[in-house]
Amino acid sequence: MTATTLSEKPNYNDDVVKLFTLATIFWGVTGFLVGVLIASQMVFPDLNIEPWLNFGRLRPLHTSAVIFAFGGNALFATSYYVVQRTCGVRLWSDKLANFTFWGYQAVIVMAGLGYVLGVTQGKEYAEPEWYVDLWLTIVWVAYLLVYLGTVIKRKEPHLYVANWFYLAFIITVAVLHLGNNIQIPVEILGAKSYSVQAGVQSAMIQWWYGHNAVGFFLTAGFLGMMYYFVPKQANRPIYSYRLSIVHFWSLIFIYIWAGPHHLHYTSLPDWAQTLGMTFSIMLWMPSWGGMINGVMTLSGAWHKLREDPVLQFMIVALAFYGMSTFEGPLMSIRAVNSLSHYTDWTIGHVHSGALGWVGFISFGALYYLVPRLWGRERLYSTKLVSMHLWIATIGIVFYIAAMWVSGIMQGLMWRSYNDMGFLEYSFVESVMAMKPFYTIRVLGGLLYLTGALIMVYNFWKTIRGDVNEKEQQLLSQGATA
Amino acid sequence: MSDDNKKKEIDDLSGVETTGHEWDGLKELNNPLPRWWVWIFIITIVWSAWYFVIYPSWPVPGGATEGASGYTQFKELAHNQAEITARQEAYLARFEGADFETILKTPDLYAFAVAGGKSAFKDNCATCHGAGGQGAKGFPNLNDDDWLWGGSLEDIHQTIQYGIRADNWDTRDSQMPAFGADELLERSEIDAVVDYVLTLSGGKQTSSHAQGMQIFAEQCAACHGEDGRGMRELGAPNLTDKIWLYGGDRETVYETVFNARAGLMPAWNERLDENTIKQLTIYLHELGGGE
Repeated sequence: MTATTLSEKPNYNDDVVKLFTLATIFWGVTGFLVGVLIASQMVFPDLNIEPWLNFGRLRPLHTSAVIFAFGGNALFATSYYVVQRTCGVRLWSDKLANFTFWGYQAVIVMAGLGYVLGVTQGKEYAEPEWYVDLWLTIVWVAYLLVYLGTVIKRKEPHLYVANWFYLAFIITVAVLHLGNNIQIPVEILGAKSYSVQAGVQSAMIQWWYGHNAVGFFLTAGFLGMMYYFVPKQANRPIYSYRLSIVHFWSLIFIYIWAGPHHLHYTSLPDWAQTLGMTFSIMLWMPSWGGMINGVMTLSGAWHKLREDPVLQFMIVALAFYGMSTFEGPLMSIRAVNSLSHYTDWTIGHVHSGALGWVGFISFGALYYLVPRLWGRERLYSTKLVSMHLWIATIGIVFYIAAMWVSGIMQGLMWRSYNDMGFLEYSFVESVMAMKPFYTIRVLGGLLYLTGALIMVYNFWKTIRGDVNEKEQQLLSQGATA
Repeated sequence: MSDDNKKKEIDDLSGVETTGHEWDGLKELNNPLPRWWVWIFIITIVWSAWYFVIYPSWPVPGGATEGASGYTQFKELAHNQAEITARQEAYLARFEGADFETILKTPDLYAFAVAGGKSAFKDNCATCHGAGGQGAKGFPNLNDDDWLWGGSLEDIHQTIQYGIRADNWDTRDSQMPAFGADELLERSEIDAVVDYVLTLSGGKQTSSHAQGMQIFAEQCAACHGEDGRGMRELGAPNLTDKIWLYGGDRETVYETVFNARAGLMPAWNERLDENTIKQLTIYLHELGGGE
């Protein structure tokens, strides 16, 4: 099958995909490393190096590096790869595609430098100041043009489901970015600006943005990735076309309203809180649609899961996706939120999504892409993929289990009254109680980083063209036996 | 559409028909929506619709639908607070009017005061004085018998209420001169008086002892007393007890005499209610072996 498609293969632009793939790997390791550093700062405050490397400045560096640099480059790489193959044509414009690469890396560098130097507009996940926002807008429009241009000139009559998700991601992120960055610069030579919206309106816009960054960047975009690489790696048809349509439209329609659940028990009016909560509950099944379609694609071919660690990465990713998209609606319920909000539980929830879903589905896609992009027959070592999988999975379990315990403990300590009606614990006592869990989190993060470094080594050997002799022998033995 | 129909095929492994679309070798099965998925989706929608009826939910001209339950988050807050205050009220009615003496004599009121004081201490005082009241440099240890402004219930009460060097008329206030910075004494004179002060708590005498003693009598004794035992009315510390607020090594004492010290404590009557201040007073009185 590979042989026939190779000869018929149109002249795809894989150079830009290669660049984005390398950037994904580089920024991934960087982001994980900063994560381990700031997790360590929570345990050993002396690691805060003032002023450039204190927690306050490194935290957005970490979140932006993993979401927008690692995740963003992974989405660029896979979307360019997928759109060409599922449309049967080369990318619409090589020049513009190359511009999106260098332009996007410039966004990352400008944003990162700003954080370290203390330039921020103080909005979570939208910290870069107006000059970065404007530049990103230009890059993003170019991205949309390249993508749409390719889709429009496609040779296939239908548009594959992965493309719906990628398009929803590109378009909605543009809308979110524009909506949440309406700022007025207030300095002639400096970078400072102020948000046009103020007070609770500003908070609402911020969480409409923040929640849908999760919904459309980290969910829709990566579902696009899933819809191509899972059936490819499993070599099976997608489980249900109808499910993909229904869960796509219900996800898109419902996600956009769920943001207010980030503002329970604040000055946001009750009615808006209720809507945010109920739309989050209704979001449960539309989210799970993607998991079902991904996992059930293996039906009839479950044995493949036993042998193929790359497929294992993707299926574990879907399991974490399912878990965190159940946990999310649960945490949006007002009564649960009154316990979980402002605690480490939220951090644990985000990381089961980020490390488990976004990270693992990207690793799976990278393991699929690297040998194909560099024209190698196979990865240097499948065993190392397996090692990466297990080390990283144990890392995630350490991380999220520690945050569950620490978060629920925190929430319970804060609300605990004794029988005379006095607060049982002070805030600082809850901080002291969290220390052992913060240590476990560092360990979890270190394991995850170690796994990623194993992947880097594996890719380096693969791209060099090395083959692991032992595994090669085993393979040929298996083939003859 | 007809093209697709021609390409439809039955998948060998599952026996399910494909949709007839194909991209880069990718196909789709035409499985129906999982039934349980549809049902749970419907249930969440119905549940949400019910929730819209019960709770404030949809914006309408002039506000939003109020919901059948009449819920607001302020009512919920009041409800939760009422539970807590009900527990306190069992004691508060008697606690409020009672003087210190009565509280000390009534075991359950005393236990209530200590519990309330402990809780308030951890959230308000521990930041400076330490979680156990052990103090830190510049922040007095509250466990010992050494009271700067007095350790009776009334003294402690006064200090908590009005603070130290705070912005009100009743605050505890005193000012030690900065003998070096304001050029009241020569450096050699400060050296002499520092050495003398250190002898009060057991330090060795130096050759300038007589000079130091004389400077002390002229400059320091007015507040710290002839014998250096301090004067609580002025908040002047006892210099003979080896308990030092800023440190008792020679260098630190020199710095204290040269620049003077003036620690601050907020007036808590601006932040805490009288009951809480009374509880704190009793808690601290117990903690430091009050007088």
